[in-house]
Amino acid sequence: MNMTPATTDQRVLLVTGTSRGIGKYLAGYYAAQGYQVIGCSRRPASEHMANYRHFCLDITDEENIKQMFSEITREHGRLDVLINNAGIASMNHMLLTPTKVVRNIFETNFIGTFLCSREAAKLMKRQGAGRIINFTTVATPLKLEGEAIYASSKAAIISFTQIIAKELASFGITVNAIGPTPIETDLIKSVPEEKINNLLQLQAIKRLGEFSDVSNVIDFFLRPESDFITGQVLFLGGV
Amino acid sequence: MTRTRDKNEFMSKTERILQTIYTAVDEINEQLPKGKSLAKSPETVLFGQLGQLDSLGLVSLIVTVEQYIQAEFGSDVTLADERALSQRNSPFQTIATLASYIPSLLDEHDTSNH
Repeated sequence: MNMTPATTDQRVLLVTGTSRGIGKYLAGYYAAQGYQVIGCSRRPASEHMANYRHFCLDITDEENIKQMFSEITREHGRLDVLINNAGIASMNHMLLTPTKVVRNIFETNFIGTFLCSREAAKLMKRQGAGRIINFTTVATPLKLEGEAIYASSKAAIISFTQIIAKELASFGITVNAIGPTPIETDLIKSVPEEKINNLLQLQAIKRLGEFSDVSNVIDFFLRPESDFITGQVLFLGGV
Repeated sequence: MTRTRDKNEFMSKTERILQTIYTAVDEINEQLPKGKSLAKSPETVLFGQLGQLDSLGLVSLIVTVEQYIQAEFGSDVTLADERALSQRNSPFQTIATLASYIPSLLDEHDTSNH
């Protein structure tokens, strides 16, 4: 019985939520660095590129996720990096927030991260190595009004990161998180400019984040020399 | 993932499960310190006062057995659910108790997929 066929030398990186924004950028960025990149989103990939394979799926659907990991195991026999990028936001006063919205946000932001982390860790455990990168937000430590549900879902990501870092350490897997400031993506396009400007004033460095700020932090977590760094949350912009 | 169907045609389901567990044990033994290897025997005590695995070792074995069961039977079973953990006699006491717990999970999986 052989469960790990055709292990390739090429490092394999899975990033979730690659149809747009940060996820799309990261998929291209790491494919260009020579990783075999696996991406997923509800929508089909908007463009074809080398070293990239796309799965069209619902990040909250356990069967979808397990199927994707089965295929990764069958095709590559390894997974070196998981970047749990997929996320949604919805800003509103809590008194005006429907329960359905709360469930959607927690399902995508937390359950999606949990499912992918669990299945990735099973695969990484066999290699005795792996890197998991989660996404939180500056909205959590800044405790922004109007973002109670989004920030709470991302607070859950912080606890999750810190605890599974301990649970997975003996398997050689590190787990860290990045907390970006607002970046010009679809996620914040509906937020009024005044609100974004007020938010920037709460940062030590008062500017919008850029995609390269995010990949810089992830590059740091992925460095071989970073194998002693786990359970950490790194916020951008001096928050 | 190679399923050894020819050989399995002559093997009972119980024997296939036991062999699948032994394959997982081989993998776990590679990670255990010398002298701490699990014996491939139904009587091997896995967990508890006389057990050879610590809690993390048991987690590792359970996940590995699940993966090999998936590979061998094509069934995605969850060994450590609430039911298993609440049983008076834990299915994780010995290799034999684990082997005897798995058929019911496989049957449930087959039924739910028909």
